[in-house]
Amino acid sequence: MLAFSLVPTSDVPIYRQIVQHIRRAVAQGKLQLGEQLPPGRTLAEELVINPNTVARAYQELIRDGVLESRSGVGVFVAARVRQVFSQAERDRRLAHAIEQVLYEALLLDFSLPEVRSALEEQWKTHQTQTQAGGRK
Amino acid sequence: MSTATTEPPVIEIDHLTKYYGRREVISDLSLQVARGTIYGFLGRNGMGKTTTIRTFLGLEDATRGSARVFGLDSRTLPPEARARIGYLPEGHHVYGWMTVKECGQFQASYYPAWNQDIFETVLTHFRLTAKMKAGHLSRGQRAGLCLALTLAPEPELLVLDDPALGLDPVARRSLLQSMLYVTRKADRTIFFSSHLLSDVERVADRIAVLDGKVLRADCTVEKFRQQIRHFVLKFRDQPPPTPNFPGLLESFRTDRELALTVVNYTPQMENRLEALQPMSIEPVDLTLEDAFISYVGERGEKTFFTNGKDAR
Repeated sequence: MLAFSLVPTSDVPIYRQIVQHIRRAVAQGKLQLGEQLPPGRTLAEELVINPNTVARAYQELIRDGVLESRSGVGVFVAARVRQVFSQAERDRRLAHAIEQVLYEALLLDFSLPEVRSALEEQWKTHQTQTQAGGRK
Repeated sequence: MSTATTEPPVIEIDHLTKYYGRREVISDLSLQVARGTIYGFLGRNGMGKTTTIRTFLGLEDATRGSARVFGLDSRTLPPEARARIGYLPEGHHVYGWMTVKECGQFQASYYPAWNQDIFETVLTHFRLTAKMKAGHLSRGQRAGLCLALTLAPEPELLVLDDPALGLDPVARRSLLQSMLYVTRKADRTIFFSSHLLSDVERVADRIAVLDGKVLRADCTVEKFRQQIRHFVLKFRDQPPPTPNFPGLLESFRTDRELALTVVNYTPQMENRLEALQPMSIEPVDLTLEDAFISYVGERGEKTFFTNGKDAR
């Protein structure tokens, strides 16, 4: 479920790689809302990294409202993803993500309508998948 | 994570200076390692890492300054304190005529707290068996044996001098796993030197960088990465002469670009960059390795294939 490998020679710090991976897994529905995450120590052992690094990633995700910690039980995907970001920050993050898509699309010589329809298609697929994926 | 602040540091080095004859190898070095920390000790070869380690272990005398381990003066560490330290010297030396099992028995005879389970677990990790002759082992296997011998007494403080030297990727991973395994108990401390920055990034809480006899950084890995920044400035024409300001580590120029690596980035530096009036300033993320190389590499301007003269 959380199987992923780190790129230790990457310019992205390890804790950030974990944050990005979990964010993506939640967005894709690979991690269900309310699902429990492995204890930080277990994940650290699996990835062969310092447990504090995982703890730090979890903390950031809790702060951002993606995960929540239930004391004495563990860390879970937040039952309902809270919007903890301001409108400005949401805009900034979306703009950043779109920028990546834009560069790639330009390099590959796609037109705006093509990009738009590709996005819409993926959006729909994602909707059906997360609904069929059994949101209990 | 380190806990109580009242507790004395496990390792405490205070204004350590060391001369070999007339040659100064360590200059006024101070550092502290808190209990429960995995501490990575970095620096290029010949910068005094091994000497530092040997001095705080009491194997060499300081010319000036002092060192303490567990709050005790390094020069007079009693045997009880030494028994709490596991030291893996550089080079993985073994008694070649002994078998793996005999090495274990020999070492165990010195340590009342010998844990045979740990010894065997580490051996298995490195695929070693009792009957193998120590002298016939490969480098990685020898490292595994040494590590097993060092870990089995369950030391409170583990000191590893370049433990990954000459290991293949699989053995290195086993080494890291063993290190993390040891520190599952919160009161265990590891101090290790290494050149493998991706390994350091995986396991270290904090790093110290020794450069030219002097300690230049002592912080978390993350902090180190944040402090060293890299910018690419694009110009319409040839870039202006490289500005010289404190904190500039490295610069690199091409036809229309100027790449600068700086340490301790401040808003003032941003103004400096703006003042060059580039078309754009693009920050570039560095890997820990890039950051380290910029930090301890040769300082000054580098030009591409031009022997220091202006490009073209």
